[in-house]
Amino acid sequence: MAGKSIRTPLSSVRGLGSAKEGAGHFIKQRVTAIALIVLVPLSLLTLMCAIQGGYEGAVDYVSNPLVAILFLLTTGAAFYHMRLGMQVVIEDYIAKHTTRAVLLMLNTFVSIALFAAAAYSIVRIGLGA
Amino acid sequence: MANDWNDTRPLSPHIMNWKWHVTMATSIFHRASGIALYLGTFVIVGWLIAITMGESAYETYAGIIGSPIGLLVQIGFTAAVMYHLANGIRHLFWDAGKGYAPGFANVTAWMTIIFAAVATAVVWAYILTSVVEF
Repeated sequence: MAGKSIRTPLSSVRGLGSAKEGAGHFIKQRVTAIALIVLVPLSLLTLMCAIQGGYEGAVDYVSNPLVAILFLLTTGAAFYHMRLGMQVVIEDYIAKHTTRAVLLMLNTFVSIALFAAAAYSIVRIGLGA
Repeated sequence: MANDWNDTRPLSPHIMNWKWHVTMATSIFHRASGIALYLGTFVIVGWLIAITMGESAYETYAGIIGSPIGLLVQIGFTAAVMYHLANGIRHLFWDAGKGYAPGFANVTAWMTIIFAAVATAVVWAYILTSVVEF
């Protein structure tokens, strides 16, 4: 450990990486990206079919279990991925501490609210309620 | 930003000083398309909510997104999806340490731009010729 670690003794004792979460952000961004490479084209093709039959057609498509599951997975991965991406944009351009903290929090709230709205709608359409 | 910046040493040259090159453009487009997609998800979620609200709400919403401005937003969203997807794959190869040679990076940069343009054109040629009703 002592011979191989690039951490200083103080940093080992503190047990924290420089950004306090190590490579977690980087890895989550990539894992969601890889998932979205598959999910986004499938969702896009499904959407292209779903918009063809007006209201009835849209309900028929979204209430198909496979489509509903696909949309839940896509929205879940997409909102997670875009929250991470927007976090980096905010951190890059907003240096003022309070503004940055408020925008980062807002980013989290918006992403989660969008997912809640999407998930609720997909499930409700699927259950025919 | 200006409030906190009190370092008087000269700043490194920024985009105003760089000679334009395609890899720089693809990097800027990646961030811009990411931000556009963030905003575009509101339209998609709005569509899902409109379905749950019933037929008349759906028709109203379809009327808005099917208007000329709505279609422009949708075409822009599609272009952002296609570009961010293609350039995101390019980024993943870079993460694996591949594709950094300047000549090759320029080729892949143009490939992502061309892919986005062609894919968007194909999707919308299909939608505009075969979708009668939104």
